[in-house]
Amino acid sequence: MILVWLIVILMAGGVLAWISGKVNRALPRWIALGSVLAVFGMTLYLWLSRPTPMLGSPWLVQFDQPWIPQWGIGISLALDGLSLLMLLLTFFLGLLSVLISWREIQSKVAFFHFNLLWVMAGITGVFLTMDLFLFYFFWEVMLIPMYFLIGIWGHENRRYAAFKFFLFTQASGLLMLLAILGLYFIHGNQTGIYTFSYFELLNTTLAPEAARLLMFGFLAAFLVKLPVVPFHSWLPDAHSQAPTAGSVILAGLLLKTGAYGLLRFVIPLFPTATVEFAPWAMLLGVVGILYGAMLAFSQTDLKRLVAYTSVSHMGFVILGVFAFNEWALQGVVMQMITHGLSTGALFIIAGFLYERLHTRDIRQMGGFWSTAPKMGVIAIIFVMASLGLPGLGNFIAEFLTLVGSWQANNWLTVFATIGIVLATIYSLRIMQKIFLEANHLEQPLADLNAREMLIAIPMVTMILWLGLYPQPFLETARPSIQEQLQAYSGSEAKKEPIAQANVTGEPAIPEKTASTEKPEESKPYSNLQILKSSN
Amino acid sequence: MTLTDFQHLLPLLILTFAVLVSMLVIAVGRNHKIMYVITAVSFLAAFASLFELRDVGRYTIEPLLVIDGFGVFYIGMILLTALLISMLSYAYFEQREERKEEYYILLLLATIGACMLVVSKHFASLFLGLEILSVSLYALIAYLRTRERSDEAGIKYLILAAFSSAFLLFGMALVYASTGAMEFAGIATAIAGFTELPLLLLTGFGMMIVGIGFKLSVVPFHMWAPDVYEGAPAPVTAFIATVSKGGVLGVLIRFFMEVDGFRYPTLVLIFTIVAIASMLAGNLLALLQRNVKRILAYSSIAHLGYLLVAFLAGNEMGVEAVTFYLVAYFITTVGAFGVVAMLSDTERDAEQLEDYRALLWRRPWTAAVFTAMLLSLAGIPLTAGFVGKFYILAAGVNTQLWLLVVMLALNSVIGLFYYIRIIAVMFQQPEADTAIQPRSRLRPSIYLASVGTLTVLALLLLYIGVYPSGLLQVIQGMLATATP
Repeated sequence: MILVWLIVILMAGGVLAWISGKVNRALPRWIALGSVLAVFGMTLYLWLSRPTPMLGSPWLVQFDQPWIPQWGIGISLALDGLSLLMLLLTFFLGLLSVLISWREIQSKVAFFHFNLLWVMAGITGVFLTMDLFLFYFFWEVMLIPMYFLIGIWGHENRRYAAFKFFLFTQASGLLMLLAILGLYFIHGNQTGIYTFSYFELLNTTLAPEAARLLMFGFLAAFLVKLPVVPFHSWLPDAHSQAPTAGSVILAGLLLKTGAYGLLRFVIPLFPTATVEFAPWAMLLGVVGILYGAMLAFSQTDLKRLVAYTSVSHMGFVILGVFAFNEWALQGVVMQMITHGLSTGALFIIAGFLYERLHTRDIRQMGGFWSTAPKMGVIAIIFVMASLGLPGLGNFIAEFLTLVGSWQANNWLTVFATIGIVLATIYSLRIMQKIFLEANHLEQPLADLNAREMLIAIPMVTMILWLGLYPQPFLETARPSIQEQLQAYSGSEAKKEPIAQANVTGEPAIPEKTASTEKPEESKPYSNLQILKSSN
Repeated sequence: MTLTDFQHLLPLLILTFAVLVSMLVIAVGRNHKIMYVITAVSFLAAFASLFELRDVGRYTIEPLLVIDGFGVFYIGMILLTALLISMLSYAYFEQREERKEEYYILLLLATIGACMLVVSKHFASLFLGLEILSVSLYALIAYLRTRERSDEAGIKYLILAAFSSAFLLFGMALVYASTGAMEFAGIATAIAGFTELPLLLLTGFGMMIVGIGFKLSVVPFHMWAPDVYEGAPAPVTAFIATVSKGGVLGVLIRFFMEVDGFRYPTLVLIFTIVAIASMLAGNLLALLQRNVKRILAYSSIAHLGYLLVAFLAGNEMGVEAVTFYLVAYFITTVGAFGVVAMLSDTERDAEQLEDYRALLWRRPWTAAVFTAMLLSLAGIPLTAGFVGKFYILAAGVNTQLWLLVVMLALNSVIGLFYYIRIIAVMFQQPEADTAIQPRSRLRPSIYLASVGTLTVLALLLLYIGVYPSGLLQVIQGMLATATP
């Protein structure tokens, strides 16, 4: 029941915030702050109280309630370590989003907070739901408020950016819906039980051809959201045009829903098809790492720059996801959290600068260290985090991911590692252009005030904690990662009875085992691809 | 005709009686309010009489009509929609100078026609219903005759509708010539043996499709829709978009289910092409428009294409999906045109995109309702449109109409472009220099009818979007008794 409350509190808080705007201008902010604090507190309590998982399963809390029984749709929510961590991140960043908007948002305050809380409600739903219809439902619920956040409170080119964001995600989401329906009917025809329940659908046996098509339907939604390079072009626009809170939520949370979807749905549902696709996915990841890093280096718009670093960092996520081992998946989960924090922080710093300078152009900045040392210190911490300095969270994440992906594919890992060098270059450029060099400003830049420090210090603490003592997070995530992998490595064993079950599928056995070896075979070819693209 | 026949025809009889009473009342003295009350009460009474027929099973009135769950549900849907439209019409026509009382007679007549269609099982009653509907619409479209575009729209509809009726008649004649039957069941038995349709029969069906297609405004018979939508008064536009199309679709489904037209690949091919063309043309042409009524016209063309996808699924689930989607589409369309009607002033309808600029900051509730309606048309969750679209996709995937389903998904994305554009316009900042001239407000009691109707529609939209189970149960229950 607590899981339902998380969503209900956010949604009700949103409506309340909108209505209260009529009474008082400041009230929506307090209501938003209060509701996010409430859900954050509840999630923290869940984490600290460490509920004992049900025997032999990673699920900590579950909730089931029929919704549209005619179609086998239920309000089925479940929480495991992975979702718990994601929820903590969501509410932590949500709290900061409310705080950074305290000054920045001055028009239509009530409607802004309504949208903010509803985006968070949608994201919470995505991280919790175990019914595929409901998943799609929440997947869409995140979209509309985000569209408004960008389209109303964004910067100069906001309408274009909002539009592009909406179309990209909506189009890919519809493909996922088709895939969900396909899975639903295949499962229904096989077993006679028509249901959207994740746990039921996990047992669907799919013909290789169908599995491949359905997997691409799911991948479409998640790869666009992540985003993976050729589908990333919505991201720089959306991130740079959104208000600061919007950028933080986009980079910190919305991208993570894509990664979460890969972990939760694609890998367990399509164990064989993903193996076939793995080398290509890893290749796309590496291309994203390098391409994002190079484009980040050449940007002059600070928020755009940070947006491209997201493309680069998300490359590690897909690289790790398709390495299929525990190291890499732990790395991916860490990357989701640390990237959410570090990129969120960089967007917040960009927001602080924009508030003072009314520009995002880094050519007009420079030499702020002397006048705003506090901001400089905060910035350097997160810039260093972003380039993967040991001791900060991102290092752990990228290290684990690379160790894991090395076991899956050596050469691609080598190129991915080069991405870290590129990260150093663009990260240092941020520092140099903004805080070093000559100061063009006539008036000194105001340093961070108390409210801004209140935002910055928790983030610094978190990123240090994640870098120095990541064990609690790794432990929380482990059972659910093992579950995903178990479903995965179990697929080897699972395959045989399936193949035996259908007589016509008999020749499929050698084909499938061949496909598991495919990563090694296709390596030289994919390396060529990389050399070409990096030239 | 026996007494039980009359009982089963009670809804139609009530409406007919209401028409006669209305005429007499006008002869005695003109009063807008009395006419309005008579109309609303008779719609309500007719709807209430449907509850008697809830468990009707299948009752035939030989040789013309059949009253079954399907028919009762469609009649109910049509009556409620007509009621909502008449609620919206009151405020709309009260502002205008014309003689407004006859409008309600025509509205009642057109509704009778649509109700007749969905219970007909014979070519004669089909044609009779269609003509009652069309002839009333000729007058309704041109009702505000002093307006610039009214006549154009009326004449256009008159000529094209007459033309398409001729096609329909000729088609019926050809079908009769080759099967010797005009009853749906008779045709079904006559062609049951054929695996391939003979040429004469195929021509007959083809010509009937032309006639029906015109009424549904599917591509390539859609040319009239934008002009008529633009020229007609907003409530009438809502009526054309919902009741008229719903009635025709109802009879189409009944006919096809009865003769099992899905057996013939040629017919399926024709409808597939029509569906894809409607979706594509409707959505693409809507992109080019700056006029909200025209956008809604093209969007309704596209939506009929979506409906045909579920129709082509050709099984029970398909019919349920069509019905569910129609309910969502009716609510949404009436709501959208209701907003248009409410924002219209005495000279012209609020149809330019400019009229909606910064609406959210001027009239937040109206804008919120309109946004909800547009999002429902676009098929975004929490609205009825989403569940409807989902149902259609499910029906399509179930019968593996992959091409149609993928086209539907693609078109939903194209559709988003223009729905979102209207929403974006409403959310724009008001420009400082264009001071909004305060419009003369109507008396609150009149205003209340419109506001109340829109509120009801918006709540229904959300209710069905969040909790579709109830409606599903009703639809499944009603249609289960009707499968021929």
